[in-house]
This record gives sequence, C-alpha cells and structure tokens, in this order.
Amino acid sequence: MKSIPRWADLALIPFLNLFLAFFVAGLVVVFIGEDPFRAMKIMLTGALGSDYGIGYTLFYTTNFIFTGLAVAVAFHGSLFNIGGEGQAALGGVGVAVVALTLDGTHWLITFPLAILSAAIFGALWALVPAYLQAKRGSHIVITTIMFNYIGAKLLGFLMNGPLKKEGSMAPESRRFEDGAQLPFMQDIAGWFGMEMTRTPLNISFFVALICCVLVWLLIWKSKFGYELRAFGFQQPAAIYAGINPVKITVITMVVSGALAGMMALNTVMGEQQKLVLDHVQGAGFVGIAVALMGRSHPVGVLLAAILFGVLYQGGTELAFEIPAISRDMIVTIQALVILFMGALENLVRFPVEGMFARLSRGN
Amino acid sequence: MSDVAQTSKGRSDATASLPPAIELSGISKSFGPVQANKDISLTVQKGAIHGIVGENGAGKSTLMSILYGFYQADRGEIKINGKPTQIHNSDDAIAAGIGMVHQHFMLVQPFTVLENVVLGAEDGALLRPSLAKARKLLVELAHEYELEVDPDAVVEELAVGLQQRVEILKALYRSADILILDEPTGVLTPAEADHLFRILEGLKAQGKTIILITHKLREIMAITDTVSVMRRGEMTATVKTSETSPTELAELMVGRRVLLQVDKDVATPGESLLQVKDLKVTDEDGVDRLKSISLELKRGEILGVAGVAGNGQSALLEVLGGITEASGGQVILNGQPLDLLGGNDAGDRRKAGIGHVPEDRHHLGLIMKFLAWENTTFGYHGEPEFNASMGLMNQREMLEDARGKMERFDIRPPDPKLKAANFSGGNQQKIVLAREIERNPDVLLIGQPTRGVDIGAIEFIHQQIVALRDQGKAILLVSVELEEILALSDRIIVMFDGKISGERLPGETDESELGLLMAGIDPKAESAA
Amino acid sequence: MDYLDILRLLDSTLRLATPLLLACLAGLFSERAGIFDIGLEGKMLAAAFASAAVAVWASAPVDNPQLGQLSGLGWGWQAAWLGVFAGIVASVFLSIIHGLASITLRGNQLISGVAINFLAAGLTVLISQNIFKRGGQTPPLTGDARFSEITLPFAETLSSVPIIGLMYSEVISGHVIFVYVGLLCVPLTWWVLFRTRFGLRLRAVGENPGAVDTAGISVTRLRYAAVIICGVLCGLAGAYLSMGTAAAGFGRDMTALRGFIALAALIFARWRPWAAMWACLLFGFLQAVSTYYPKVDVFGLFVIPSDFMEALPYILTVVILAGVGGKAIPPRAGGVPYVKER
Repeated sequence: MKSIPRWADLALIPFLNLFLAFFVAGLVVVFIGEDPFRAMKIMLTGALGSDYGIGYTLFYTTNFIFTGLAVAVAFHGSLFNIGGEGQAALGGVGVAVVALTLDGTHWLITFPLAILSAAIFGALWALVPAYLQAKRGSHIVITTIMFNYIGAKLLGFLMNGPLKKEGSMAPESRRFEDGAQLPFMQDIAGWFGMEMTRTPLNISFFVALICCVLVWLLIWKSKFGYELRAFGFQQPAAIYAGINPVKITVITMVVSGALAGMMALNTVMGEQQKLVLDHVQGAGFVGIAVALMGRSHPVGVLLAAILFGVLYQGGTELAFEIPAISRDMIVTIQALVILFMGALENLVRFPVEGMFARLSRGN
Repeated sequence: MSDVAQTSKGRSDATASLPPAIELSGISKSFGPVQANKDISLTVQKGAIHGIVGENGAGKSTLMSILYGFYQADRGEIKINGKPTQIHNSDDAIAAGIGMVHQHFMLVQPFTVLENVVLGAEDGALLRPSLAKARKLLVELAHEYELEVDPDAVVEELAVGLQQRVEILKALYRSADILILDEPTGVLTPAEADHLFRILEGLKAQGKTIILITHKLREIMAITDTVSVMRRGEMTATVKTSETSPTELAELMVGRRVLLQVDKDVATPGESLLQVKDLKVTDEDGVDRLKSISLELKRGEILGVAGVAGNGQSALLEVLGGITEASGGQVILNGQPLDLLGGNDAGDRRKAGIGHVPEDRHHLGLIMKFLAWENTTFGYHGEPEFNASMGLMNQREMLEDARGKMERFDIRPPDPKLKAANFSGGNQQKIVLAREIERNPDVLLIGQPTRGVDIGAIEFIHQQIVALRDQGKAILLVSVELEEILALSDRIIVMFDGKISGERLPGETDESELGLLMAGIDPKAESAA
Repeated sequence: MDYLDILRLLDSTLRLATPLLLACLAGLFSERAGIFDIGLEGKMLAAAFASAAVAVWASAPVDNPQLGQLSGLGWGWQAAWLGVFAGIVASVFLSIIHGLASITLRGNQLISGVAINFLAAGLTVLISQNIFKRGGQTPPLTGDARFSEITLPFAETLSSVPIIGLMYSEVISGHVIFVYVGLLCVPLTWWVLFRTRFGLRLRAVGENPGAVDTAGISVTRLRYAAVIICGVLCGLAGAYLSMGTAAAGFGRDMTALRGFIALAALIFARWRPWAAMWACLLFGFLQAVSTYYPKVDVFGLFVIPSDFMEALPYILTVVILAGVGGKAIPPRAGGVPYVKER
C-alpha cells in the first residue's frame, strides 16, 4: 500500500490540482485573445480591493457555503447530490411563504421561522430522490437533475400564479415588508457605530458560518456522522453493524437538501427581499466544485466558498471591464476545478506518490 | 480427504533429457515496501505435475502471476522450453503456451460457455465462424479429458466445479502446454476435486506440464511429482514428492513445527441456548440459500459448521447475525423468538446477545478507512457508554476502550489512531474478535476465524475461542478448513446445498467421512439402506 | 384529434426521439464497456456548438464582415458536413477526457461526467460569444449550411393512399438524414454488439474486465474504443440539434437535459439496442405531446398548466428510474475502474 505524508495529501496535491485547473483556465483566456494576468488582476482587485468588493465576495461566499456543505454532507454517505439548484429554488418558496405571511412582524420573529421553512422546503425536494435511491436504487444523480428541472417548472408555475404580485407582469412576488427584511452587514456595522459600504451581504453569512460548525459536529462528532461515514465507506459493513441504509440515505439527503434550501435566506430574504424566478443562479452547481475542492470538510468548504466568492464577484467586474470574458468563464473555471480536483485528481496524485515512493526507497 | 493414489509418478525422470518446460531464475518482485518474491529460481520438467505450497501471502500467486504476465518481475529471467521469453502481458503468456486457472475464475458470468471459451481467441472479426469452430473443438476436448460441459449453458447458472472446467477448457482451447492452477480445490467438494485430479492426470498423459498451487499438503502428496515450498517470498526447497512427507513440508512452510492440535478440555455443554427451526432464506434473485435448517446450540460448546464454500454457511451466519432476512422458520434465543422477517437488524441481534465475527472482515467486519478506535466499537457504537448528550459520541471513552482491547488482545502496533487498513491480517482479525468477544455475547457467530491470518495469530485466536466456550458461551464456528473444524469443534454439522447433510462428533469421524457429507453423501445412511 | 393530427404527433415524435436515440446508443456503448457516462449532455452540447459554428464559418462568404477577423470559406453543402465532422471532433475530445479520467487515471466517473457537462456549458457560450457576439448564439444556419428534409421516393404519390400512404408520407418521409441514421444505428449497434468479435469483447469488459485482461486483450484499449464510439454518436446527436432541427443554429444550453433523459431511457431499456429505440420513442412522444398541447383541458374541469406539461418527460424519467417494470441490473463492472488485483 502506497502512502504519502499527510501534508502532501492535504495540501500539496490539492494545490497542484488547483494550479492545473487555473492554468487551463488561463489558457482559455489566452485563446479568447485576452491577457490572463490582467484578467486575474482585475478579478482580485474587483473582489478584494474594496470593502464594496469584499462585501459582494462574502455575499456570494454565503451562497456557496450553504450549497457546498449540502454536497459535502451527501458525499460523506457516497451520495452525489446534484440537486442543490432545485433544492435551493424550493427553499426560496419556503422563505417566501413565511416572509409573505409574517412580514408585518419583526425580522427576529420571521428569520428563525424562515430558516426552518427554507430548510424544510429544501429537504422535501431532496426527499423523493433520496427515497427512490434508498428503496428502489434509482440513480440519485439523474433523479436530482430531473428534480432541478421539475423544481424550476414548479417555481415558474408558482411565480405565475399563487405567489405572483398582483397587477404585475414580471414573475416575482411582492416585496417583503420591513418585518421580513434581514439586516445587511452595513446595518449590523451601524449598530456598533461603524460604517460600511452598501452591499447585499447580510446576517445569513453568520448562519452559514454556524452551519459549518454544525456540519463539522454532525460528521465527526455525532453518532449519526459515525454511521454516515461508515455507510459511505462500506455499505455492507454498515449493514453488518446494524446501520439502516434507508434511514441513513434519507436523513443524509434531507440534511443536504435542508442546507441547500437555506441558501435562499441569503438571496431571497437578504438580497432581493422578494421571491424572483432565478434567485439561485447556478449556486447549487457551484456547490459541487466547492465540496470537491474543500474535500468535503467544513473548513475546506469555507475556504473553497471564499475562493468561488472571489471568482464570482471578480468575474462580474471582469465581465464589465473585458466583455469578452463573460460570466460563462466562471462556469468554465468551476468545471475545470471539478475536473482537476475531482475526476483527474490522480493526474497529480500518481506522480506524487511515485515521487515519495522513490524518496523512501532512497532512504 | 480423497484417495487419488493411482498416480503415476516418475514421468519427469523419463523426460528429463528435454529442455525443462519452465525455468525461472532470480525472479524478484516488490509491491512498494513489500517484497513478494525474493530471488526465486524454479525448474519444472516437461510433462510433470509440480506443486507449489506455502502459507497465505508466501508469494505463490505473485510468482505465478509473473509467469502469466499479470505482473512484471523487477528482476530475473524466464525460459520456456529452454528459450528465454519476455512475458509482458497475458497475451505473451498465451503465445508461449501458458494457460492459467485463476483462484477467482476469470469468467464473464452472463456469457455462455462457448462465448467465454472464445473470448480473446476469436478467429476473425465476425463471431459466428469462431463459435462454430469452438463448439466442435469443445466436444473433442470434452471427450478426451472428461471435461463435459454444455457449450450453450450460461456460466452464472453453472455449478462451481463446472465453471472451473470452463476455465480449463479456455486454456486448452488456446492450446496451452503449461497449465497453472491456483488453489483449484478451495471451492470444490472432495468428489469434484477427485474428478479434477483425474483430468490433470489425463492432461499429463498428453504431455502437458502442470503447476498446482495449493496450501493443502494432502493434495500435493496425492498428485504431484515434484514440489516447491515457498515461505515469505522465498523458495525454501524443491523436492521430489516421493522423497518427502507432509510433516516435512509443513515444517518447511512454516519454519517450525506446526501445532495442529488445540489444547482444550472436554466440553461440558449446559442448557440449550439457541434453537433454530426450519430456517429458510431465499435471496433477491429467488435462489434458496437455506432450505429448512434446524439446529440447537448449548452453553459451553463449539458447534462447527463444515462445508464447501457457498453451500449455505454464509447465509446461516448472515441471517442469524441479522444482516439478511429469513423467508421462513423460527429462531429462539434464551427462550425468546427473534424477529427474522426484517423487523430486526444486526444491531438488535447484538442487543439480544449475539456477537458476530464475519467471514469477510475486509467488507463486513471492519471499515478499512476508519481508525482502529472507531473500529473497536463498530456495531456497538450505540451503547450508552460511547455516547454523550445531543447525539454526540463520547470519543474519549471510545479511545480508552480501544486502548484496553488492543492491550488485552496484543494487537500490534498498539496505536488506536492507525487506519484499519494498515494492520496485518491477523491483527485486523484480532480487532474484530476483541470487539465481539469483549461485549460478552451469549452466542458468538464466527466465520473463517483464521483466513489470511499468520500462524502465530491462529494459535492466539483459537485459544480465545476455546476460552470463551469455557466461560459457558455458545459458539457457532463456520470454516472451510476441515482441520480447523476438527480441532476446535465439540460437535460438527456439515452443510450441503443449503441443508444440513449430517452431524458428527469430532472424535467419531474423520476428514474423509466429512468430505463425503460435504458432497451431500451420508455414508452411514447409505450403508444402512 | 383526427388521423392527420396523430400522424403529425408521430412525425414530431420521430424528430424529438432522434437526439435521444443517438445519445442513448452512445451511452449504451460506453456503459456496456463498464464506463458510466453522465456527460452525454455536455458532449451533445459541445457538438451542437462546434458543428453549428464551423458550418457558419465554412458557409460564410470569404470576406464576411459578420465574422469579424475570421474570413469564411464560402462553401456550399460541404459546409454542413464539415460542421458534422467538427461536432464529432468536439464530442470525441470530451470523450477522451472522460476516458483519461475514468480509464487511465481511475478517477470517479460521475464526477468526470459532471465536470464535462459544466465544461461544455461554459466553454460553448464563452467561445460563441467571443466569436459571434450574439449572446452565446451562433448566427442562424441558412441554405445548404443546414440539413434539409429528405422526401423519400414516392412520398408524394403515396400521400393520396389513405392510412398507410399518408403514414408513409407524413411520418416516415420528410426527415433530415440524422433521423434515418439514428434509426439505422439501432440494428447496427445490435449487430456490432452481438455478432462481432469487438462486440463480444466490449460486453465482456463491462462485465468482468479481469476475464478480458487474462484472455490477453487490453482492457484499456477496448474501453477507449467504446468511449470514442460514444463520442461519435453524441457528436451526431449534437450536430442534429443545431443543424437538423428548426433551431438552425446553436443556442445556450440547447440540449435541455436530453443527455440525462437518454440515460434514463438506457436504464429503462436494460442496455439493449432495440429496447433503447422504443424507450426513446416513448420519451420523444411525450415531448411531442407537451409541445403540441401545452395546456390540456381535462373535460372542462380544470386546465393542466403548461409548466406541468413541459415537466412531464422529466417526471416520467424519474418514474422510470423508480423501477417501474422491474429492477434494472447494470453491467457488473460499470463505474469501477479496472485495477489488477493484488
């Protein structure tokens, strides 16, 4: 059995893979006829060069923490949840239902209920694929993708019907009243007498951070996490130990869906303050890259989410400065990250293992 | 176990003037830090049956895989029929006239016999002419070597013995002159093994060279002309079979005298603890794995379950252990009936007092990527002492518990933070045993306790099992090693085709009688009739 | 609904089933060889873009202002075929990446497929926008640069014959070449799989690669061959979408999850060619129904909303995956990289 030092496994290999992904992304930029270094500089200053940029970066980061954790939790049970997009979309409905009914009250009342409702709606949208996987062996990758599409149609139906703002042509809900508007970061800073530029970054960012801690406790410190990891590593052994596979699969996906659903707090209740048709904007898919990059560990997910936050905010600035590099560049980078850090991981791992084997033989 | 005495020995002497069929010199191979083969040299004469014996992990299979082109040797030379030959892949080996019957058959299960035989040796881009040709040749071969098998049968529907014939036919269809068989009798009944030996004799008579890898000394003595012994990657001796004895071979294999006897007192069975009545199991594919099994297990006894692998022993362990559901019957433990129809999982079975050391520790018994301390509570992780409040686990307690178990069972290295995969086979098995035994179960199910375990650990494991019996526990021991069954059991049942084909006391039976029972033949019943 | 309506529905079914069928057969080759491929979608998308873009370029006049710095080739019908070729090349390129990940580097096949889908989604629009500056779309294909419908012999004459003749002229005749190629691929696939040496080995490597390896055949080469065939068929499917349908050009995400529906059809068909055809026709039919009847009035009681009708094929996919009609057993070695045992 080949073994390599822990630091190489945890740091060197991911770093080299990430480097490759960005190297290829740079080639794409060159192919388009632009200067990748200039592009990178614009991105970094756009994302981190001002508190405005940082605010937006962390706003996106919040989305990706939720969806990244969602994918990561499922990964531990060797379940591949690509349904984050649909689960987050439905989470938005959950937020809207609470917000539209209770926005006459105070955000301290609506917020906890909205968290719950977003989680429940997201979880419900993951429940059917989970149940079908557990009971009928239906391929969860395909079912969750189908549920993304079905979810989009369902949202479309709701936005053109029951949830639509009266007298409006646009498929969106009415704006939430003050009682269902989350405090922005600049508001929170204001409580402490500080001043910040207006950005959509809001209190859900802290919810996302708390979720990181909770997920860490869940996976590595709880009995459920123990069973989940056992199940993810070796299903037959889990059954031998009396772990119920149906229960594990369903609960894992429910937790995963709930996390994805909670993303809607940030976009619907925080940023938009109304339900719009496409509030997820691909964040569900970014979660896959984030989870892979973060090795399904909450700390890794947090770091990867920040990186993708930088990419998204920087990418927006970039598309503004260099129109040839549109937002689709981000999708491409995301694909390259998934490719090099996930599927082609061994492209780096095999040579590195070989190198360490040679080193140890040399000793 | 079998009487294959009609072996014609000495043929190798007659053909000694020809260049040897196989000549290996200085073969070395390592996998990472593990040296599987060390400077091995071996000569096998044409038309001989040559045995290679050695313990699990002695390097037999690696050596043969090198000869068959599955692995590349790091150093050394191979000569076939006196000619230096480079074997880079199986294709080269086949071209050099080498055929191999693998321990785990290399057959495509949903294919027919004919398709399996033809695969890789087709005559052209179209299938039909190849199949027609193969069909003709198959009939001839079948006739010549007692290798009858229906060419249109689907392989997965064939009995194991027949599947093995398909493997041999594959090699012969590729006109192999040298045939390597890797542990061919592990899955066979004694009768099937006898048939196989007759086939090998026939092949030898046609001038084929045969290499037989096994760890069963009896087979070596019965059929081979010459024999080589391997130990820890080295070839320790090559001798004429007629000039050696099983005891000498055993010593060469292990490096010291083997203790085949287990020290134990006569059992003093107490009250009846577990009653199994008409237990039936039908699997997902509708195959009956257990066909109405009834047995009783008393306190303070070891009940051995003998049988060729795949005759229902695994199903019995799994249904009693709560892994699979029964389709009928009753199991009563301590006077309480168990829910067999899925209302009850492996965890409930543990709570009821049934411990389970599974046959396959790599897939069932351990989570290979878990650390040792996570594995020492696996299955008992729901117990109150390992759990704190709010659904969190008491990891300090788990770690403490693991340290204790590692010390008491002499698990090496005694590091609870090492991954299960990084322990040796024997130490992995000790982790499982420590976990199951220390929970103090009333009934312990044990499957293949010493498979892939080094000699030193075997003794320790046997002692632990006997000690548990002496504490008044009931033990159900499943093993495919008859020697182990005979040495440990206080009572023996034999399983064949999902049923119990007989029950014997160890003092009143021997391997040959058990062998017949394993083939579904009860000598006592036959003589009575 | 009269007879002609039914015929139009069936005609539409055939059109809509074709990309599914080509993708489904593509998946069949790959999965029969033991390589799971959820990247069918991305390969189709890449092919749709590459073929449309190349056909636009090849058919454009030599000094075309529309293409910016690029000058066209000014070709006629050859442009369309060059487009198909380009589509196949793009798709096979992604196939080879998938092969590299799942065969050579023994990576996770699901993750590789997902990556390829995103890669195609991002790159196609990025490059398209960069060249054509039309919000990711290619300029419309016109004239010879796209494939036109083939009227089969006697279609005109036979159209006057009731029932059968009408069926022939309305449903069977009048499709672009891809539709016929797709249908021909069904018996061809069957024949290759069950009547040739290559097919035998391909099926074997998906069931037990060890058996293939020990028989002296390269597992790697076989699997790459399968993956490349998969790429070629996906290339055709993608080229059809952008060059043979009313779309007449590439548009963002134009595959609309067809790659995944094709996978569901493949599972439903138990990885068998003829059954795959029927499964794809069923999905095609559903899509046809949802386009012809966006809102269904149920006996005047209520109206099934268009959103539901559009989601119907996707809902059916889930229903089929839920194992309606028994459990599907995939090729045994599917999804598992081949490693020689130790």
